[in-house]
Amino acid sequence: MTASFAIIAALTLASAVAAMSLRNLVHCVLMLMVTFAGLAVLYLQLGAQFVGFAQILIYIGAVAILIVFAILLTRGSEPPRQSIFSATWVVGVGIAVTVFGLLSAMILSSRAVTREMRPLPEATVRQIGEQLMNKYVLPLEVIGLLLTAALIGAVIIAMHEKEGK
Amino acid sequence: MTPLALYLLFSALLFSIGLAGALARRNAIIVLIGIELMLNAANLNFIAFWRYGPNPQALTGVMFVIFSIGVAAAEAAVGLALIISIYRHYRTTNLDQMDSMKG
Repeated sequence: MTASFAIIAALTLASAVAAMSLRNLVHCVLMLMVTFAGLAVLYLQLGAQFVGFAQILIYIGAVAILIVFAILLTRGSEPPRQSIFSATWVVGVGIAVTVFGLLSAMILSSRAVTREMRPLPEATVRQIGEQLMNKYVLPLEVIGLLLTAALIGAVIIAMHEKEGK
Repeated sequence: MTPLALYLLFSALLFSIGLAGALARRNAIIVLIGIELMLNAANLNFIAFWRYGPNPQALTGVMFVIFSIGVAAAEAAVGLALIISIYRHYRTTNLDQMDSMKG
């Protein structure tokens, strides 16, 4: 468990760093796909099969492809001439390091993380489907409405405007 | 160190990488990628707490992650549409040049 976790975690973190620091945007998205795949493997390791496969389908299959389309539509595939980091990048990295320091100090000093390993809970797709149809039916409807509204809104925002209007 | 603490530390590191990218990069699309990384780190926290929590039969963490993935997909679609629309007006995705509302 620990060896496989270490390998997957190192791969995921390295690809996340690469996704945030490479010069070519298409390479960034390819590295982002590796990060999403590593996270899906971690979900599978934790016993959440449905979420793992949903991660692969939605993030690698849809979101990453959408980002590639956006990069190609905005001609971002050509590497920029000037620096890829903004003028205030030192402040940004400093804030991120501070946040990580605070979070890890909180995690390591917390008593909630000393729990023992429990037997693997059952989370079959059948159970998830029954819960979605009984207890969580209203959130399911709301998220359907949200996705429809987001789809229509995205199309309207990105639609080509008529000239001279 | 317990497995839960390892997962939480990993997710905190992933969140910080996403935050650093969102704050330090110049390109708007990379900023959106950083936000996606932060959302994914939060999802991993939910799954880890569900797995090692006191009542995993309730499936609460899994349900929250499923809805969170749905909201993140909607956010990515609208965000990329906004970036494409901004690119049409300004001919750039460089955030330092989008300063027409700067006082």
